[in-house]
Amino acid sequence: MDSGRFFERGGPMIRYSDLEYLKLSKGKRFGYKIASFFASIPTALKNGLLAIWRFLGTVFRGIGSEIKDLVNTFKEGDLPTRVSYLVMGFGNLCRGQILRGLLFLLFEAVFILYMVTAGGYWLGMLPSLGLQGPTKELDPILDVFVTTYHDNSFKILLYGVLTIFFIIAFIYTWRLNIRQNKLAMQILKSGKKLKSGKDDLRSLVDDQFHKTLLALPLTGIIIFTVLPIVFMILVAFTNYDGTHDGFNNNLFTWVGWQNFNTMLSWQGSGGQSYAATFGEILSWTLIWAFFATFTNYFLGMMVAMLINKRGIRLKKLWRTILVVTIAIPQFISLLYVSKMFAKNGILNGFLLSMGWIQQALPFWEDPTWARITVIVINIWIGIPYLMLITTGILMNIPADLYESSRIDGANAWQQYTKITLPYMLFVTGPYLLTSFTSNMNNFNVIYLLTGGAPTNPAASSAAGTVGYTDLLITWLFKITMGAESQYYLASVVGILVFIVVAVISLVVYGAMPSIKNEEDFQ
Amino acid sequence: MSESKTAASSLKRHMGIQASRRIGNTAAYIVLVLISVIWLIPFVCILLQSFRVESTWQVGYVIPQQWGLDNYRNLMNTDFPKWYLNTLIMALVTAVLQTIIVLCMSYTLSRFRFKGRKFLMRFMLILGMFPGMLTMIILYRVLKDLGMTQANAVPGLILVYIASSGMGYYVSKGFFDTIPKSLDEAARIDGATRFQILKKIILPLSKPIVIYTVLTAFMGPWGDYVFARYVSFGTSAGMNVAVGMYNWLNKDQISSYYTMFCAGGVLVAIPVTALFLWLQKYYVEGVTGGAVKG
Repeated sequence: MDSGRFFERGGPMIRYSDLEYLKLSKGKRFGYKIASFFASIPTALKNGLLAIWRFLGTVFRGIGSEIKDLVNTFKEGDLPTRVSYLVMGFGNLCRGQILRGLLFLLFEAVFILYMVTAGGYWLGMLPSLGLQGPTKELDPILDVFVTTYHDNSFKILLYGVLTIFFIIAFIYTWRLNIRQNKLAMQILKSGKKLKSGKDDLRSLVDDQFHKTLLALPLTGIIIFTVLPIVFMILVAFTNYDGTHDGFNNNLFTWVGWQNFNTMLSWQGSGGQSYAATFGEILSWTLIWAFFATFTNYFLGMMVAMLINKRGIRLKKLWRTILVVTIAIPQFISLLYVSKMFAKNGILNGFLLSMGWIQQALPFWEDPTWARITVIVINIWIGIPYLMLITTGILMNIPADLYESSRIDGANAWQQYTKITLPYMLFVTGPYLLTSFTSNMNNFNVIYLLTGGAPTNPAASSAAGTVGYTDLLITWLFKITMGAESQYYLASVVGILVFIVVAVISLVVYGAMPSIKNEEDFQ
Repeated sequence: MSESKTAASSLKRHMGIQASRRIGNTAAYIVLVLISVIWLIPFVCILLQSFRVESTWQVGYVIPQQWGLDNYRNLMNTDFPKWYLNTLIMALVTAVLQTIIVLCMSYTLSRFRFKGRKFLMRFMLILGMFPGMLTMIILYRVLKDLGMTQANAVPGLILVYIASSGMGYYVSKGFFDTIPKSLDEAARIDGATRFQILKKIILPLSKPIVIYTVLTAFMGPWGDYVFARYVSFGTSAGMNVAVGMYNWLNKDQISSYYTMFCAGGVLVAIPVTALFLWLQKYYVEGVTGGAVKG
């Protein structure tokens, strides 16, 4: 790893040159590295914010030049081009590009039809999320209460967002239609021929092949990920929950930043506030992610090195034994292991019968025991996987490095700290980051092992039942599955999880010694 | 004389190195055997307890006093066969469709340089930072309107599994990146279309990554708990094995279902493990390749 990279960043701390750095003692070097990491955080954050600012600048400049281009095209355009501003595809049809023209025209017709029949209603209702909730009236003949349903806040929000997506798509297509007119005029002026419908179809499997390939995956992502995420972000600004489900009970409506205020204020009404609960769970989530990532990483590497060791036979057998455990679905192994560690489980039974302990060990009952146990069991889950990953990389380290260091008299530990570890950290840096963030959201291990238990009574009063081993993600799950189903709260927690993950990724990525250019691999 | 002395000492030193290596290796073997035992013990316990007849509840010992197939027989009287079938169907369909989607995505991002490519990749990276579970709240209600929840959870879940699978393109993109681009260029010069290049050049070279993708996609539905729990929502007929069997270990059910859980676990583990061991080589290749490329 090139520690010299640290010195290039400016900051308030003293910077050493490479030579000065090498003269430092071990302890000082370590301290210096830690200090430079923290010193680089503000820079990394600043760079991130600057990138966002620059991005916004590009967007606005882009919009400006688009508008200019639109005006110019209209001024210089012939009649078909000008009509195309109103009737999409008119220019294409006039110039003989029947296929394109019809597609444009069809899209416009569908859009207008949709906006008139449905889109207008959804869009109009979006600011209020529905005016009339369900009403109950006494039916005089049958003598029962009959519920009449009116507006549906859920659908209004969903279709409202969908309509906005559709409008954006329409604007993009409309712009495309104008640009095509401009291009067609230029091509005709230079005396070349325009592409025919047959050419267009052929290009879909040739130079436009990427559009064909991406169509299906991107549609899926937009409908099943982007749309729901936009929806859920908006839910954070409403009072959508079990009692305001938007249809059967009461409508829900916009509440502004109220949920965030509730979440972030330190004054709770009775018991612990949300902010304190959130802080407690967040700190455990970070501790867990740290230990889960690094225990697995180092122990997995050690197991891989042990198997790789010269003179060890049956390498394939040892590896296969570990790899088999990846194959068995986690819910079986985790649920079973969780029962093994229970008060009356096999482990306690074994220890008691051997007379090593007098009482069952409180693996899941005591907060500290429970937290340590989940980390230990996670090692059991993670090592096989890490063993696989590191085996491949370890084999890539040039063998002559080890040989020449042995000639120079290095022992095994020195070889490990000076050759193996730096190489591994350099290569697996990005992997460590993603593994840290995915451990923060490691639902399966926690939920299947403990379900969050043991209960934390102080934290629970504010937001459902919260346990000492609950991560943010399992807490979120409990919020949505609970009797009250506080979706708005889940949504706020989700947004906060996103912010935490994004900030960590941004800072670590910025401070990492090697941010690899993907083209390097090709 | 002095010569023989040095020879003797060098021999001694040599012996010393050998001895220390032997000690080191013995220690390594001991550790490896220990590791193997620790890693396999839970599975051996599951297997043994699935044959236990004398009690269905957790007991402090592992080896059954009475052996029998009662637990497996009892499984057939529960909803377990239904869950098993549900999961198997989901796993098979997901394996095919998800592979197609992932390969389309990763091949495109690896091979084509088009406008918005970098933006797309960054966008998907950011999307991945949102807890995916949140989207289930809305997807559940949408799927419910479409009639694809509870008893009909299988098509709904398949849709959920495959729809966003394009975001998991990293490993296979890393693989495609390693296929030299000069192959494509040579074929382009010979007049092949992009589609022909994919069909005739890239796909024949991509057997390892196709198998890796199929394998991981097949294993997904067997282990999924969250999405399956949301979509089946308390209806036994629509559950997968994970959700169904999770309930068996509830406080009030565990006393009568514990050994059945073990038996069910064995039945679930057998096909997945067998397939995995058979295709292990490709899995290892995918994992090692993918992680380095990040």
